[in-house]
Amino acid sequence: MIIAEQKPLDFVIETLDEHKNVLVVGCRSCVAVCLAGGEKEAGILKESLHLHSDLTGKGWNIEEITLERACEKEWVREMASAMEGKDAVVSLACGVGAQVIHEMYPSVLMVPGVNTVSMGAPDEQGIYMEKCAGCGDCVLHLTGGICPVARCSKSLMNGPCGGSQKGKCEIDPDTPCGWDLIYRSLKEQGRLDLMDVLIPPKNWRLSRSGGPRKTVRKEAVQTPEEKRIGGASQ
Amino acid sequence: MRIIGFVCRDSALPAVEHAASKEDPYPSFITLVEMPCTGRVDVVHILRAFREGADAVFVAGCLEGNCKYQYGNIEARKRVTLTKSLLQAAGLEPERLEMFNLASNQGWRFPEIVQEMVSRVERLGPNPIGKVKT
Repeated sequence: MIIAEQKPLDFVIETLDEHKNVLVVGCRSCVAVCLAGGEKEAGILKESLHLHSDLTGKGWNIEEITLERACEKEWVREMASAMEGKDAVVSLACGVGAQVIHEMYPSVLMVPGVNTVSMGAPDEQGIYMEKCAGCGDCVLHLTGGICPVARCSKSLMNGPCGGSQKGKCEIDPDTPCGWDLIYRSLKEQGRLDLMDVLIPPKNWRLSRSGGPRKTVRKEAVQTPEEKRIGGASQ
Repeated sequence: MRIIGFVCRDSALPAVEHAASKEDPYPSFITLVEMPCTGRVDVVHILRAFREGADAVFVAGCLEGNCKYQYGNIEARKRVTLTKSLLQAAGLEPERLEMFNLASNQGWRFPEIVQEMVSRVERLGPNPIGKVKT
């Protein structure tokens, strides 16, 4: 899932500036699981902004809504009536959701209420670890199910490096060495021979180095005929 | 003066009943909100109390380690800490909010808690929200 963390309230207050009619938008997907932008957090942010407005006499009109998934236009349409008369949105959805909302309501100020941090998973309640870097060329079959791109600090494809100390990375004693994890996983699987397989230089054009990535699943794309008959979603 | 207390029904509330009597009730400017556990106290509850004009808010739960629901009072303490930072950012003194822990047989603690919050309000003055709103 996508991991995000809330921006400070001060930032939201300053960024809203003179905008008075505000919709706080939460998302029930990833950001709800990582406790950054679900229904609960949207309610708290709304109440906090209300308190600030009441204390300062700013007269902000603040409402909140939490979408099922802010990254899909079908769900974002549900906030249409709540958007009436609004001049700013504070998005607690991830950067993806915030941009989809903006695409649908381009004339309204978009204030990001969270920083989108990584693709990861909860290690335990309240602690989230990055697991995937979205490199576009997965090698988990060669690395014992552990991603060297996301979990090795240097994204080494053939590790570990000399900075691996007793299973920890030299950047931080709390950070496990990704290649130590890979070694242990391969040992568990009886596949230590894979440590000798040289992974060739990676094609980073499939990652961010190739610019914004467009993924097309041909079977799912509606033909012009289908669009004409069914009225394709925008 | 208006002080709101979110109190655990298994510890703080019995303590209040110990401390107060018909002859000597707790002050009328205090409103107690009975909670099944302070773990049920939400950040929004506290913020709303201040928005409604409370000069101070306190949360009173069991002694740590004594929560009937294991760690509701620890959850409450974390939420109080979070809410203090939100109050600061919103423009209200975080000292207007506090978390207390007491046992049901520590009735003597309740007047101390009240006195602590009254002192804070006297030092900070009334919640400015009333002035702005009117």
